[in-house]
Amino acid sequence: MPIDIDIAHVARLARLGLSDEELSGYQAQLGVILDHAARVQEFDTEGVEPTAHPLSMVNAFRPDEVRPSLDRREVLEQSPAHEDGYFRVPPHLETQ
Amino acid sequence: MSYHSLSDASAALRDGSVTSRELTDAALDRASKTEAELHAYLTLDHDGARQSADAADAAFAAGRDSGPFQGIPVAIKDNLVTRGIETTAASQILAGYIPPYDGTAVARLKAQGAVITGKTNLDEFAMGSSTENSAFGPTRNPWNTNRVPGGSSGGSAVAVAAGSALVGLGSDTGGSIRQPAALCGVVGMKPTYGLVSRYGLIAFASSLDQIGPITRTVEDSVAALETLAGHDPLDATSYRGDVPDFRVGFDDGVAGLTIGVVRQLSGEGFEAGVEAAFRRTVDLLSEAGARVVEVSLPSLDVSLSAYYLIAPAECSANLARFDGVRYGLRHDGPTVEEMMTATRADGFGPEVIRRILLGTYALSAGYYDAFYGQAQKVRTKVIQDFEAAYEQADVLVSPTAPTTAFEVGSKTQEPLSMYLSDICTIPSNLAGDPAISVPVGLDDAGLPIGFQVMAPALGEAVMFRVARAVERAVAFEQRPPMLEVWS
Amino acid sequence: MNWEPVIGIEVHVELKTASKMFCGCRVDFGSEPNTNVCPVCLALPGALPVPNEQAIEWIVQIGLALNCTISPQSLFHRKNYFYADLPKNYQISQFDIPVCSGGFLDVVLDGETVRVAINRVHQEEDTGKSIHVGGGGRIHSAEATLLDFNRAGVPLVEVVTEPDIHSPAQARAYAQQLRSVIETLGVSDAKLEEGSMRFDANVSIRPQGDQELGAKVEVKNMNSFRSLERALAYEIVRQTELREDGQRIPQETRHWDEEAGITQGMRSKEGSSDYRYFPEPDLVPIVVSDEQRERIRSTLPELPHERRARYVDFGLDSHAAWVLVSGEDGLAGLFEDAVGLGADPKQVAKWLTGETTAYLRREDATIESRALTAAHLVEMTGMLAAGKLSASAAKEVLTGVLDGEGSPGEVATARDLIQMSDGAAIEVEVDAVLDSNPDALEKIRSGDMKPFGFLVGQVMRATSGKADPKVVNEILRNRASQ
Repeated sequence: MPIDIDIAHVARLARLGLSDEELSGYQAQLGVILDHAARVQEFDTEGVEPTAHPLSMVNAFRPDEVRPSLDRREVLEQSPAHEDGYFRVPPHLETQ
Repeated sequence: MSYHSLSDASAALRDGSVTSRELTDAALDRASKTEAELHAYLTLDHDGARQSADAADAAFAAGRDSGPFQGIPVAIKDNLVTRGIETTAASQILAGYIPPYDGTAVARLKAQGAVITGKTNLDEFAMGSSTENSAFGPTRNPWNTNRVPGGSSGGSAVAVAAGSALVGLGSDTGGSIRQPAALCGVVGMKPTYGLVSRYGLIAFASSLDQIGPITRTVEDSVAALETLAGHDPLDATSYRGDVPDFRVGFDDGVAGLTIGVVRQLSGEGFEAGVEAAFRRTVDLLSEAGARVVEVSLPSLDVSLSAYYLIAPAECSANLARFDGVRYGLRHDGPTVEEMMTATRADGFGPEVIRRILLGTYALSAGYYDAFYGQAQKVRTKVIQDFEAAYEQADVLVSPTAPTTAFEVGSKTQEPLSMYLSDICTIPSNLAGDPAISVPVGLDDAGLPIGFQVMAPALGEAVMFRVARAVERAVAFEQRPPMLEVWS
Repeated sequence: MNWEPVIGIEVHVELKTASKMFCGCRVDFGSEPNTNVCPVCLALPGALPVPNEQAIEWIVQIGLALNCTISPQSLFHRKNYFYADLPKNYQISQFDIPVCSGGFLDVVLDGETVRVAINRVHQEEDTGKSIHVGGGGRIHSAEATLLDFNRAGVPLVEVVTEPDIHSPAQARAYAQQLRSVIETLGVSDAKLEEGSMRFDANVSIRPQGDQELGAKVEVKNMNSFRSLERALAYEIVRQTELREDGQRIPQETRHWDEEAGITQGMRSKEGSSDYRYFPEPDLVPIVVSDEQRERIRSTLPELPHERRARYVDFGLDSHAAWVLVSGEDGLAGLFEDAVGLGADPKQVAKWLTGETTAYLRREDATIESRALTAAHLVEMTGMLAAGKLSASAAKEVLTGVLDGEGSPGEVATARDLIQMSDGAAIEVEVDAVLDSNPDALEKIRSGDMKPFGFLVGQVMRATSGKADPKVVNEILRNRASQ
């Protein structure tokens, strides 16, 4: 049974501006995939700890040392818009 | 000339029978003859490659030798950032992006004086198994251009198979090095998680991704890993112990080793030609003195489901940074929110959007425990199953993929069916273990078949030893017939 | 009905490490925009975070200073939300297993101690800064936001209380005393005005006696202790009026407007937030061993509450001890130095917490900017004890010293404030007064004390107020009993 998901909400969370048509296409595909993925729920994992990571390493740190930063010109050159050394974007919703 | 192995070329460069410039020109020449049909590369860096080749030749002339990659033409998958060379991960969202730094793997190759031929095609952000999900058009299989090369490192596999590079770098999240290597008749290996720094690899699924080499021989795979492996302070998940000696027992054969055949990786869904080549290879290993046992990985079936929750979940966060603010594509809008939303919808292809949506859903409130949380527990079971199997066998073996190269376009409309074809390769990524694919023959249609050898974490030496024995026993030396036409 | 306010406070503290939390970029707030940035803190494709060891050491210090349990193993998580000043569009933070949990801070308010329970102290990273420009009638410049990522990735420690605070004054005292702890540890500039220490408060009200919590309102943008107290006071009144009026209080985030003195609802970003926390796969767990924890504990400096206790042992009352430790910067140091030079602790404390503090507030000055030294305090309290200064003259002398006019002796001399405390000289003056007022002396001798004050006044007048009244009293009593 395909799983029915609130695709519009998920797309909003992921900041993907999709048309209604696209949304319903993805909703159908994801329903089928999730139905398959839901098999993880049938698997008996009683008493099994989750693994977030294949490594059993701990404490990977760096010393508090300053390293050279990037050249600002090179950084801003790659940006879609910049002004006075800043990245420039359209205004936030709240500031409108 | 462009069909040397790394070790042959390395020796030839040192005895003066060939120059790096000759090797490089030959690789670029091959590319110029094949690219129109194969499209292995997104970017060819003719000038940069020739400069590096000349620099390598000057180094040889001056008696400087920085390592086996000095003067060797290498193709880099385009999800590895290269300073000054456009890096797109085959996505519109990064079209035109020039990174200001080299990733660690690339830096290690460059430090030895490697020649970067260019950046190879892939499924967008490494999401796919056919290199059809590239925003810049698919790559084709040199054995049959109606077929896919596999993926996602299809471009690097094809470059090596076709001779437009001697070695290719790929990344492997669920089989993305091994499966295209298998489908293109070359050797592809995924190292133990953490052995090769991921710094500079555009992340797909951080806990699964590893960089590895695609080569023509197992020996080359060892040499490449020796160059790539080692602790990197820029990657907190980089292995901090001493790099093991990968050559222990390399040429000792398989006598005295126990080979575990994974019971679940055969039967339904596996092509007859693939199964036959696999059995034949196992028999050869048995004849060579290996003890062959059957082992079971009971969680294998459900591991695929776990993978298709874990990888999208991680990717949904990893790809959040592509928002039109600091680099790459921007689709403007009246507010920054609308700008981001439009940019991301425009810039990502359908497979990437599908996985971002899937991962976002799997992590969202109310579903985390049932999906992502549960998938992480399955991951623990997969690791436990492998541990139990390695009590019975030194290495595990299986076909690398259930089928040989399929036709371009045949699976693009059925994402689930494409996902299911990764069943042989995904478990090693979940466990973080090393695995290699070695070509062992052709099917009736003349398409290559790969044989996978899996080993426990940091067990690269025994994995290479068995892979080397396979390579010797099957003596697969065939080249794509089209190479004659293209040369 | 009586309403009880319930307040929880989240404090963000920027650590003053040399480099950022996950990369080697310099932590420096005066730089040109986007000059302290690298692939990691700009979230360029392929970059990976590596945590700063110093930050981890410091958060453990903070946790220990706040009586927290240090987790033997804790995890970083990704907190996912899109915002232009957050380069990765997720923040590396902590979720279910923070470095420190379950502590408390004993807060002194009006001489009483209130224990504020700390829920957790966790490590995370700061965002960049955005500036809104254009619009407002400027034709040549469209409305836009400019982004500077120098601050992105600066280590942040978040200290979260339980909803354990029940008045704006308590909230202010907690915030001030937490800052005093952070300053003592020396791990942050802890400057409110520069944003290196920032508060958010969760406020709700409930009928007195109820156990259940009401809908909580998050109040942001309070940039001083005073505005924290004002904002909370405003918010409590607002909520109380709504409830008395029979209205529901919606759960929301409100912005404190310092000028208007009100809180205002913010336009919500995306309905209810769903941060999709999951373990950060680019990082491995943080393990703090027992040995490491105890080593860090053993290097902790004397904390404010410990220092207060020591001052009380000097004989100070708890309020004076608190003002010295948590009041104006530098008072405690002066106090300790003066006591070290042999001054009477109670006297020194009295002049520092009283007149000196009042002076600094009045002048809006810091103690460092003034000439007062420990030696001055020793000299001045010595003059007081020797009767060379009256209490009122001492106030003037102290003001003069703070104003930079010189040492207490120099100021007193220059302003002619030295008191006559020489018995023989005063006796001459007393006898002269008695000679001219024989009747008064007679009355006193017969037991009528009424003229006593008059006689003291006459002596003071004769000495232009410089005679030590104590000595005058003593001599007069002697003469009367002869």
